Amino acid sequence: MHLPAWRFGKPYESLERTHLVHFLTGEPIAEVSQVGGAMLGRDLQKAGQARAALLAIDPEEIVERLQTAGNLYAHGTLQVGDSRQSPDDFVKQQSATTGLPESLCRSNMQKNLFVLSNMDRMLDALSRGLPPEILWRGYGREHRGVVVSYQAQSPVLGLVLPSNSPGVHTLWLPVIALGVGLLLKPGGQEPWTPYRMAAAFIEAGIPAESIGLYPGATDVGATMLAGCRRSMIFGSAKTVEQYRGNPNVQVHGPGFSKILLGDDCVDDWERYLDVIVESVAANSGRGCINASAVYASRHTKAIAEALAERLGPIDVRPPEDPEARLAAFTVPGAAKATWEQIEAGLAAAGVSHATAAYGPRFVEGERCGWLRPTVVHCATPDPEIARAEYMFPFVNVVECPQARMLERIGPTLVATAVTDDATFQAELIDSPAIDRLNIGPIPTTKLDWLQPHEGNIIDFLYRSRALQLAAEAPAGVAG
Amino acid sequence: MATVNSTAKPPVFEVADDAAVAGARAALDAHTVEMMAWHFHPSTGCPFWLDYARSLSFDPIKEVGCYDDLKKFPPFEDEWLRGGPVRRWIPKGFADQPAYVFETGGTTGVPKSRVNIRDFRTDYEQFSDTLPEEFFPRGANWLMLGPSGPRRLRLSIEHLAQFRGGICFCVDLDPRWVIKLIQKGWMEHLEAYKQHCIDQVITILEAGHDVRCMFTTPKLLESLALALEKKGTTIRKAGITGIFSGGTEFTPQWTRFAVEELLDGAYMTPTYGNTLMGLAASRPVVPADGYTIAYYAPQPRAVIEVVNFDDTNSVVPYGGTGRVKLTTLTKETFVPGFLERDEGERELPYAKYPWDGISGVRPFRALAGATTVGVY
Repeated sequence: MHLPAWRFGKPYESLERTHLVHFLTGEPIAEVSQVGGAMLGRDLQKAGQARAALLAIDPEEIVERLQTAGNLYAHGTLQVGDSRQSPDDFVKQQSATTGLPESLCRSNMQKNLFVLSNMDRMLDALSRGLPPEILWRGYGREHRGVVVSYQAQSPVLGLVLPSNSPGVHTLWLPVIALGVGLLLKPGGQEPWTPYRMAAAFIEAGIPAESIGLYPGATDVGATMLAGCRRSMIFGSAKTVEQYRGNPNVQVHGPGFSKILLGDDCVDDWERYLDVIVESVAANSGRGCINASAVYASRHTKAIAEALAERLGPIDVRPPEDPEARLAAFTVPGAAKATWEQIEAGLAAAGVSHATAAYGPRFVEGERCGWLRPTVVHCATPDPEIARAEYMFPFVNVVECPQARMLERIGPTLVATAVTDDATFQAELIDSPAIDRLNIGPIPTTKLDWLQPHEGNIIDFLYRSRALQLAAEAPAGVAG
Repeated sequence: MATVNSTAKPPVFEVADDAAVAGARAALDAHTVEMMAWHFHPSTGCPFWLDYARSLSFDPIKEVGCYDDLKKFPPFEDEWLRGGPVRRWIPKGFADQPAYVFETGGTTGVPKSRVNIRDFRTDYEQFSDTLPEEFFPRGANWLMLGPSGPRRLRLSIEHLAQFRGGICFCVDLDPRWVIKLIQKGWMEHLEAYKQHCIDQVITILEAGHDVRCMFTTPKLLESLALALEKKGTTIRKAGITGIFSGGTEFTPQWTRFAVEELLDGAYMTPTYGNTLMGLAASRPVVPADGYTIAYYAPQPRAVIEVVNFDDTNSVVPYGGTGRVKLTTLTKETFVPGFLERDEGERELPYAKYPWDGISGVRPFRALAGATTVGVY
C-alpha cells in the first residue's frame, strides 16, 4: 500500500518513501511518500484557494457532508492512497504501526464518528449560537440585532500531528465546518487517521482542494509553523516551551491531568476508585487527558495500594485480543529508557513503588517494548517523579494538604475535583493552573464535546472585531 | 522505519570500458608513487609527514608502488587536523609560497584545518571543464550565495568565475551561526537570517549585473525560488541559466522537485566536496536514472572509495552501501584513507570519469544523530 502526498487536491508520489512495518512482526504495512518543506512552502502560497473552495458551499451543507463523512469513515470502504480500505483494514493497519491494541483503535474511531455526527451541536455550542453564515460572509447581524464580524486568521489550519495518540484527531475535525482548510502533517507512524478522514471527507463532497496531506521530515513541520498563520503542534514540554508566546501556534503538550480528593470526600476514597482507574488507564494512558496524579491529604498509602491491586495485574496481550489494554512503545529503546527514568525517580526519599509486587513493569519484545501500569506513592509533592507523566498508565498518589493543593499541582489540563466544599470549589474554579475542570467524580478522560478543549478553536481561527457599515451605523456609536 | 530511495537504478549512463578503467588506474598508481616521492623526501615533504614517517615500519618512497599500497598506512586520524601549528602541514617544497588556511565545522571546539597554496584554484579550474557552456557561458557573471569566512568556497567560486572570464558577486552566509540558531531553537531568527540573505540576492539579480551563473546550497535555492515566485518571477526569468550546488541534502527527490518546480528550465549540477577533497562532479542527473546523483572524485588528485563499515580496507560491491573513505593526493596535501562522516552506494565507473563513483550520499548512520546537517 502506498500513501502519496496530497497537495490540496493533487496526489504526489515522491521518490522518497518511509516504509512502515508491523511493530511485532516487521511485516511491511505501507509506504508513505515523503515531501520536503519547500514543496509545502510553494503550495502555501495558494492556501487561499482552500478556504475559497469551502466558502463556495453553503455552511449547513458542509456540516451535512461532514456527518456523511463520519459514517463513511466509520463504516465505509474507501479509496485510501492506492488501495481500498475497510474499517477493519484501517484498525489492523493503525494497530500494526502504532502498537495500539485494535480495541483501542476501534474506540478512537467511535470518538471521531461521534464528533462528526454531532458537528451541528458542537458548532452551535462552541460559537455560542452564532449563525454560521457570519463566518462565511465575515459579518452579520446577531439575534440581539448587533452587527458582529469574525475575521478568519488564516485560510488553512496547519497541524503537526503525533504518532502516538490517535485520540487527538477529534480536535481538528470541526475546522472544515468553520470554513477553514486543513493542512495536515501526519505522524510518521500514524498516517492512518488523517488519510482515511481526508478520503471520507472528499468522498462526502468536501472539496479536495481544501485539504492537504504533507508527510515528511521535520522541515515540513517547520515550514508549516512558519508559513501558516494558524497552526497546532503536538509535542513534548520542550516543544510547548519553544512556541510559548507565539500567537500563531497552539501547542498541545503533556496534560499533567489530575484527580484531587477534597478533605470532605477523601475518607470515602474507595467509592472513587473506578473513576481513578479509568482516568489513569483509558486508551492505554497515552492521552494528555489521562490522569498522572491523585492528590489527597490522607489515606494516600491505602489509595496507592488499592490502585496497584486494580492496575498492577494488567499485562501485555496480543493487539487483536479484545482484552488488550496496553499499547506498545514502538520506537526502539523507548520503553526501556522510560523505565530507567522511572527507576531513578523511585530512588528519591519519600517515594515508593506500589505496583512492585505485581511483577516487572518493563516488558521487552523483539522489536518493541511495553510498560505495565505503574502506581507510585509520594509522601509529599516534592519528589521530581510526582510531576512526571508518561505514555502509559502511570500515576502518582501524592499526599498534600488540601490548603496547599492548588499551589502545588502545577499546570493541569484536566482536573477532576471530588468535593462538595463550596469554598474549595470556588478556589478550583478560580485557579489558573487548571484548564478543564470536572467537579465531582467524573473521569478526566470523559470529555464533553460541547465545551472547548484547551481554548475554543473558534477563538483561535477567528478574531472577533468591529465592522461598521455606513448604511447600518447603529445609533450611539462614538464618533 | 527507514527512508530509502525506492527508485530502481537501471544503468542508463555510459559505463566506462575496461581499458579506460585500467588506464585511469595506472595513472592513479603512477601519481601515487610521485606523491610519495614528494611528501616523504626531506627536501620537499611537510614537517608532519616527515616526522610521522619515522614511526612507520615501512619506507613510503620505496614501498608504496601503487595506490593499493597506501593501505600500509595506519588509519588517518582527523584529530591531527585540529589546532596548530598549521605550518607543520606545509611541504618544504612550498615553504616560501603564500598560504591560506581553510576550516571545516567549528561550531564547537577547535575546527579542522587544511592549508592551501593554490589547490583550491586547481580543483575549480579542473571542475570548470565539466560545466556545459550552454548553461555556464564563458564571460558570464556569477553570484555566490554561501559561506565565506574560514571556508574556501567563496574564494573558489570567485576564482571559477574569473577563470571563466566573469566577475563574481557574493552574498555571505555564516553556517556556524545558523547551526547555533537551530540548536537554540531560534527559528524566527533563522528565518530572518535566511530572508536577509535572499533579499541581498534579489537586489543583485535586479540590479542589471547580467548574472547568469550561480552557486548556492539546496536550502537557499529553495528560499530564493520561493521568494522569486512570490514576486511573480522565476530563477530562469531572473536571468540565471546555470546553477552549481552542493550538499548532502541533494537527494533524487529533492532534485526532481527542483527541476520540476523551482528552476523553470535553468540547469543545475550537483557537486560533493569539502575542504579536504576538493570537489567531485556528478554524472548528468536525469529522470530516466531516477534522478540518481552519482559523484566522481577528481582522480588522481583525490580518490573516493565506498568501504565496508567494519573493514574499511575493503570496498563494498557495486550498488552496495558503505562509508566514504577519502584519499587526497596533491603536492600540497597528502591524506591517506580518511573516513568521512558520510555514507552512500558504490557506483560503476562512468565513461567520462572511468573510476568508482558514489551515489546516495548522506550522513554516516552512526554519527547522523549527533550532526546538524542541511543548515544552509
